Amino acid sequence: MSKVIIIDDEFLARSMVKEYLKKHPQLEIVAECSDGFEGLKAIQEHQPDLIFLDIQMPKISGFEMLELVENPPAVIFATAFDEYAIKAFDAHAIDYLLKPFDQERFDKAVARFAAQNKPTAIENTKELLNDAQLPGSNSRIVVKNGSKIKIIPVQEVFYLEAADDFVKIFTKEGYYLKNKTMTFFESFLPADMFVRSHRSFIVNIQEITRIDPYEKDGHVAILKNGAKINVSRNGYAKLKNVLGL
Amino acid sequence: MSPTTASSKKLVLSLVLGWVVVYIASAYVLKKLGLSTSVVITDSLVSTGLLLLASLLVINSAKYYLPSTYQLVGILLSALILSLLWLFISNSLLKITFRSSVAYLDFLQNSLLVRFVLGFFILIIVTTAATLLYNWQERQKENQRKADVEALSREAELFKLRQQLQPHFLFNSLNSINALIALDPPQARKMVQQLSDFLRGTLKKEESKMVTLEEEIGYLNLYLEIEKVRFGNRLQTRIDIGDDCKTALLPTLLLQPIVENAIKFGLYDTTGQTLITIHGHSEGNELIISVKNPFDPETSTPKKGTGFGLSSVKRRLYLLFARTDLLATGAEGNIFETIVKIPQQQ
Repeated sequence: MSKVIIIDDEFLARSMVKEYLKKHPQLEIVAECSDGFEGLKAIQEHQPDLIFLDIQMPKISGFEMLELVENPPAVIFATAFDEYAIKAFDAHAIDYLLKPFDQERFDKAVARFAAQNKPTAIENTKELLNDAQLPGSNSRIVVKNGSKIKIIPVQEVFYLEAADDFVKIFTKEGYYLKNKTMTFFESFLPADMFVRSHRSFIVNIQEITRIDPYEKDGHVAILKNGAKINVSRNGYAKLKNVLGL
Repeated sequence: MSPTTASSKKLVLSLVLGWVVVYIASAYVLKKLGLSTSVVITDSLVSTGLLLLASLLVINSAKYYLPSTYQLVGILLSALILSLLWLFISNSLLKITFRSSVAYLDFLQNSLLVRFVLGFFILIIVTTAATLLYNWQERQKENQRKADVEALSREAELFKLRQQLQPHFLFNSLNSINALIALDPPQARKMVQQLSDFLRGTLKKEESKMVTLEEEIGYLNLYLEIEKVRFGNRLQTRIDIGDDCKTALLPTLLLQPIVENAIKFGLYDTTGQTLITIHGHSEGNELIISVKNPFDPETSTPKKGTGFGLSSVKRRLYLLFARTDLLATGAEGNIFETIVKIPQQQ
């Protein structure tokens, strides 16, 4: 018996999945959610084995929700039209259903899920989240603050600092942690606004007040809020280029 | 390197080669006529060297001055003027150089006509070659430009088609119908009808056609009905149009993208119920439509929500009325408002 959660903001889309699931009694629906907030709560509560997930949903997208789940379950995406994302799915052996889909296609996706062992499925989901450049979402970062979900518009980010497996995202309210790599953020954030100034730092160029020399080769960027950001030689060249110096 | 500069380089190269040939020929002829070696070298150098300069001048000026009509006359005239000039200068220089040798001065005087004819022909060849080259280059550029423009307009046409079909809306609607077939067959049938009417309307309408506000609202309702089936009671709408402006005219399908934008913005930026209001009234000789949707000012920047969906509306209004002030957006509290003004003919 596997536990299943359906997350889609459209009632009819959910009932479609429910109807097709009738043929698979080994899959038990433990929750139905109409947005990412409900979805996140339900996933934490039920620890499902599989979720059916829509991408375009209110407030936070299906991807943004998944990023906040600590141990993401196996996922089958159900989406209407999303060319970019589909390439990412293929690369990570994660199944997706293009709406509208029929019972036959649905059964195939379920069979694919059943054939995977659990650790592989979880690994696939994690890799997808790490690699996928998802269209239209690079204007904000969604983080979890305790049990609350916080959406940070990128222009409100001062800088990012690497911290082991996490990245600290500094804003005027302090910092938030996100389980992502610096490389991910470097390519995710708009390049005309954020510069990887150092192995461990990405800085919002609008926050820089000045750049001082530091020790023999290095520099240090002073931000409006007084924070000091390391700048490597390579980072200094990148900063000069973006700032047009 | 661009192909243009590459062929210019080739031109200069062949010019230099040509010059070497002419120089050798001239030296050979002069030697045969029994002149001394130093005279042969100097005379050939001065005459052909100046000829080379004149040729370079021709190539350079042909780049900037391209007579499209009277090209033949232009070539002949410039070759004539240049060869006379060349003859005068080379003649004077040679006269000064060999002012003590009476025999040479005599020879120089006698060969003037031959020199002129030869110089004239060489310059005609060079001018013609340069003109042909630049004409050709110009044509290449023109063709490239035309191809670029065509590619651009094809792209725009495709983009418009895609927009018209609204794949996201279409596929989601089909998915809803798919679900309704099991849950509520009469409703499924109704939605197929609505979707067909809506699509037919989108496809047959011409950009420049004007319709009454009443017609446009009727069409808008078709769209809203479909969206309400999709989103259930999350989507509420209120349409409030004054009796005085029901017959006002506006470009067909102008409101649909604005309302679509409001729905997307409203539904995807908030959870729970979303009320979209559409209000219309007349002011002076303008029809004013306001579309409002809720949003979350804390998490979204209203600028972004409007950008894409509305830029085509703005562009269309500009093309039709030559005004850029007809579409405005603003936010107050958690309500986002789009206002569009449509000038009415008196």
